[in-house]
Amino acid sequence: MTTVAKTEDGTESPYALSHLDALESEAVHIFREVAGEFENPVILFSGGKDSIVMLHLALKAFAPAAVPFALLHVDTGHNFPEVLEYRDRVAAAHGLRLHVASVQEYIDRGVLKERPDGTRNPLQTLPLTEKIQSERFDAVFGGGRRDEEKARAKERVFSLRDEFSQWDPRRQRPELWNLYNGRHAPGEHVRVFPLSNWTELDVWQYIAREGIELPQIYYAHEREVFLRSGMWLTAGEWGGPKDGETVEKRRVRYRTVGDMSCTGAVDSDADTIEKVIAEIAASRLTERGATRADDKMSEAAMEDRKREGYF
Amino acid sequence: MSTTTTEALSATTLLRFATAGSVDDGKSTLVGRLLHDSKSVLSDQLEAVQRVSASRGQDGPDLALLTDGLRAEREQGITIDVAYRYFATPRRRFILADTPGHVQYTRNMVTGASTAELTVILVDARNGVVEQTRRHAAIAALLRVPHVVLAVNKMDLVGYEERVFARIAEEFTAYATELGVPEVTAIPISALAGDNVVEPSANMDWYGGPTVLEHLETVPVSHDLAHCHARLPVQYVIRPQSADHPDYRGYAGQIAAGTFRVGEEVTVLPSGRTTRVAGIDLLGRPVDAAWTTQSVTILLADDIDVSRGDLIVPTKDAPPTTQDVEATVCHVADAPLTVGHRVLLKHGTRTVKAIVKDIPSRLTLDDLSLHPHPGQLVANDIGRVKIRTAEPLPLDSYADSRRTGSFILIDPADGTTLTAGMVGESFAAPEPVKNEADDDGWDF
Repeated sequence: MTTVAKTEDGTESPYALSHLDALESEAVHIFREVAGEFENPVILFSGGKDSIVMLHLALKAFAPAAVPFALLHVDTGHNFPEVLEYRDRVAAAHGLRLHVASVQEYIDRGVLKERPDGTRNPLQTLPLTEKIQSERFDAVFGGGRRDEEKARAKERVFSLRDEFSQWDPRRQRPELWNLYNGRHAPGEHVRVFPLSNWTELDVWQYIAREGIELPQIYYAHEREVFLRSGMWLTAGEWGGPKDGETVEKRRVRYRTVGDMSCTGAVDSDADTIEKVIAEIAASRLTERGATRADDKMSEAAMEDRKREGYF
Repeated sequence: MSTTTTEALSATTLLRFATAGSVDDGKSTLVGRLLHDSKSVLSDQLEAVQRVSASRGQDGPDLALLTDGLRAEREQGITIDVAYRYFATPRRRFILADTPGHVQYTRNMVTGASTAELTVILVDARNGVVEQTRRHAAIAALLRVPHVVLAVNKMDLVGYEERVFARIAEEFTAYATELGVPEVTAIPISALAGDNVVEPSANMDWYGGPTVLEHLETVPVSHDLAHCHARLPVQYVIRPQSADHPDYRGYAGQIAAGTFRVGEEVTVLPSGRTTRVAGIDLLGRPVDAAWTTQSVTILLADDIDVSRGDLIVPTKDAPPTTQDVEATVCHVADAPLTVGHRVLLKHGTRTVKAIVKDIPSRLTLDDLSLHPHPGQLVANDIGRVKIRTAEPLPLDSYADSRRTGSFILIDPADGTTLTAGMVGESFAAPEPVKNEADDDGWDF
């Protein structure tokens, strides 16, 4: 859908794209470049809103043909059941192959060790990078946005990773015009971020405009949670609550979807998309600041994890 | 929020702009103020900055920490790479390419300017137009950024005097106009005190123009691109081969310039075959016409051979194809570009083998003089090159089309992006430097 945007001198230019149309067109261009230049791309799909928007854009980019990519999910073992159900349903509905890299399996095999703080987010890196290597994926789409975090503000749309999946911010290729450089040696791969230029609000406005279905945990609902490090976490077998932490029923919603051990819910009455958009537009906290424990570990937590191969 | 407001929000336009300024011109402060005063800095980000500033024993929050995202940058207190920032007002949404001002990072300003529709060039009111200002203006002109804003900063330190501003604005505008910059808007500001950045200044009632933000909100976006020569680089061929669409064969791409209409006669380059546009799908929905920068799928009336890398153009307005490229380039890699270098050239969706035949001149940005036959271009150099390609390319002049007049050179050995190229004449070479090599077989 194209919205005719008004130019600010009062005259209507039928040729100026609205900001959502411009972002959509750019993202579609990125998907098609990857389809044209790579042998074996995959879309990282967590069932979170950014990856859902990515899949929606990919469906539009190749319509009426099928999306020429598989999906890949890194399952921490502490995922929200509603999100896993959504993931499987959507993959099946579009006839897409779903690869799963399992953190639990790595822990069971003794390759990874549970951390004392119980968070499994940093543990995702090894299963992810080994799956990329074993399946020989040469392009991996991620839903990362530059507005999320200042290390991500420096991220290219096409981001080359070495054979160890490492990101070296000092050796990034300059990205000029819309001429993306996808060259890579065997063993290397390129992380691709079609939503680089989107903000959290853009994502929500686009979900509203396109009528995209999301897992219900994004909307306000009653849930049993307990307070840890200033965040409302969902009680569950993953290891909470501990002694001294008490469960209570609150009306909450999630702004991001990730590992249950480190993704916090926010108090909210926003049970429709219009209310969610209003809430985000008025929020004084970034989505990561509000809901992610792992980013608070150090000033360079995200940069350090990205260097190792995390998104 | 009502649905009406949601629609109003999504109907705003998007402006991509870049900032340029020397180290102490106050660029970080200006960027910080635009983000802060448009309420794009959220409290947890500000708290993080305050925490780190305090731990280093600084008195107040160091706003540069908002924009310097990498360890090395924080350790050295400098910005080493382009970062992209996002903010919005009710009238428009902005993508800011925040580019470092150091001389050695010319390539970063080129990177930021390549997608920008507007550049803000900062000068210190006490120093006026300096070498670095001229360099920034030259890059904006080379990259043909449609709108240039001169922000004369630190007006508070020159007593908010009109004649100081007027002298700098006049000198800069004369210089920029000579370079071919189509539009200069000069604004006297104090980024630190907030004069004329978001709010009009009470200290400079002699100034009747817009504030920086007001100008960013009202400058026309993509105003003439829909009327340029129409160009569609084919990215991907869509062939569902499904029961519902057994014969569908669509050519997908983002329209680089101009407008395409159903029924129009088109030519596919480089083959030169001609047919008609039978249909246009705009992301799954049929439309009668589509224009830059929409991503579309075009259906053709005849079953002719078209693949990724081809360019679809109106038959009556086709660019010439050539294997000999003359261009102004900015070298962006650490290893030099030399005559005889074998490279890959990516233009639109087509990547071809190429060889650097000659480097007739290197540009000295400080005074725009040409250094003939430099032998090589090193990182951050801007120069003229002549390139022979293995296959013919349909090239527009960069002056006509920033998208189909631009290319990158890639190192075939390791994939490094070497060079940013702009086809055709530039302000920098009004008189082509005479090259003896021209006479032995290469006909440019």
